[in-house]
Amino acid sequence: MSLLSLENITKTFGGLVAVDAVSFDVPEGSIFGLIGPNGAGKTTVFNLITGNYKVDTGQIRFNGEVITGKLTHKIVEKGIARTFQTIRLFSNMSVLENVLAGYHCRIRSGPVAAMLRLPKQRAEERRALGKSLAELNFVGLGHESENLASNLSYGNQRLLEIARALASNPRLIILDEPAGGMNEQETAALVDLIFKIQDRGITVLLIEHDMSLVMKACQHLVVLEYGKKIAEGTPEAIKQDPLVIEAYLGSDDESF
Amino acid sequence: MTDKKSKFRRLVYAAFVLFWLTAPLYLNKYFIDVLNNVALYAVLGLSLNIILGYGGMFHMGHAAFYAIGAYTTAIINIQFGVPVLWIMPLAGLTAGVFALVVARPIIHLRGDYLLIVTIGLVEIVRIALINNVFGITGGANGIFGISSPSVFGWTINGIVHPGHYYYLLTVFLGITIILFYLLEHSRFGRALRYLCSDEIAAEGSGINTAWYKLIAFVIGAFWAGMTGTLYAAKITFISPESFSFWESVVMFMIVILGGSGSIPGVILGAVLIIGLPELFQGLQQYRLLIFGIALVVMMIFRPQGIIPPKPPKYPANALDESEVVL
Repeated sequence: MSLLSLENITKTFGGLVAVDAVSFDVPEGSIFGLIGPNGAGKTTVFNLITGNYKVDTGQIRFNGEVITGKLTHKIVEKGIARTFQTIRLFSNMSVLENVLAGYHCRIRSGPVAAMLRLPKQRAEERRALGKSLAELNFVGLGHESENLASNLSYGNQRLLEIARALASNPRLIILDEPAGGMNEQETAALVDLIFKIQDRGITVLLIEHDMSLVMKACQHLVVLEYGKKIAEGTPEAIKQDPLVIEAYLGSDDESF
Repeated sequence: MTDKKSKFRRLVYAAFVLFWLTAPLYLNKYFIDVLNNVALYAVLGLSLNIILGYGGMFHMGHAAFYAIGAYTTAIINIQFGVPVLWIMPLAGLTAGVFALVVARPIIHLRGDYLLIVTIGLVEIVRIALINNVFGITGGANGIFGISSPSVFGWTINGIVHPGHYYYLLTVFLGITIILFYLLEHSRFGRALRYLCSDEIAAEGSGINTAWYKLIAFVIGAFWAGMTGTLYAAKITFISPESFSFWESVVMFMIVILGGSGSIPGVILGAVLIIGLPELFQGLQQYRLLIFGIALVVMMIFRPQGIIPPKPPKYPANALDESEVVL
């Protein structure tokens, strides 16, 4: 069954059609890739799914439920977490606090409970702390928890974003160019991490420019160009698709 | 090294608390009254700190909430004879509800835009008070004859015995510090700091940013309203001029100069901005000039404030291994 399905999604900015009647289904439990040349509208699709942009026409369903028009934090609560292409961490806060932000929507205590330090509030804080530390260990940043987020290396900042997204207990995680700025070893480790995320039963939707990563990790790909879907299929099929080769690479024999 | 630093810091805080608690023993009435004002502005600064410091919302109309609290107190006290301290929660509530209504349409505004709208807000409130809205605010003359508060049958007169009022304000300041410290170190405080740091990332992490901004306004206004009660009962007379735009500017400066988002910073800010000018009375007309220059220099060399907030510590080591679970 598909966990996420986009039905004829269109988004225009002024006169520019950024996303043009795009449809695809992300099956539950898969690692699903969205690729295409720069400016093809990939990040726009992500922003539409997460409610950062409003969809002009079309519908997005998550787990059978229509989520078009919902606010971003509501969508996160329903189980879609994301990372950002341009890293958006709370840079002046600690690594641990960054991850705590993800778990925020899974606990409830408000200001009055906090001022009175009610037992429920304390139990929740403890649970949040445990969860966040576990997520940091999961992405391999356990030793950095007290460091400031801005002090992390570029690659580790990307991992921290993933940890923050995972902390919200998502069913679907959307990774926007997770390997951007990573070196080869870091990218290899990232592929392992993506498989580990899948092993937790979390569906992964990712945009990536690093083709070796995409081909290694993804079971299914959708290719966008100028806001339109031009191809869809397994990595092997996409590699051979003449339309993709022409559109994506511009020439014939450059390998993926 | 950091250990030594925090030890020194704690020592300074302890010395300050000791000074504060024993001040009436060796300071004259005049200086006790100065400290009374410092305490009032410290609480106002702390309440604004929730909005401006943690939430990063440029709110320069805080005196409006303060005014509403003070006027609620004066009107209810004089019309119905209710003891002032009993009115305190109601004054907070009135200011809080007012904040809820006026902040709802403006919280999505950013930085300078919010600043301008909130300046408008405080002016509207002041002008409404001058024009004697509903015929109950006494117009430009204000309201006279507000009762002094009484605690367990003791009447605490803020004018005749500033030393007595001092302890009342100290208790309120102490409670405020404790509660706001707990608030800062909680899910709520974190949410405000997240949205201050990066609003899109906060929303994208599942935080209802609009709701938190609104609640920050309501809590800040609630506290400013309660402080309004203590102010009205202290001088027993209030007029619109006590709640001018300038008052809002002073509160804003206290937070920014002392350290946005830092409780000790805001208290220091209140001491410096309210207390310090009194020490330099001998300098006559130059004192505001010196004060202005000091502010400018501070903003150039220490824009984060004198005591910036410390990153909070989490008891990671206190957790059992079995609690660290995905």
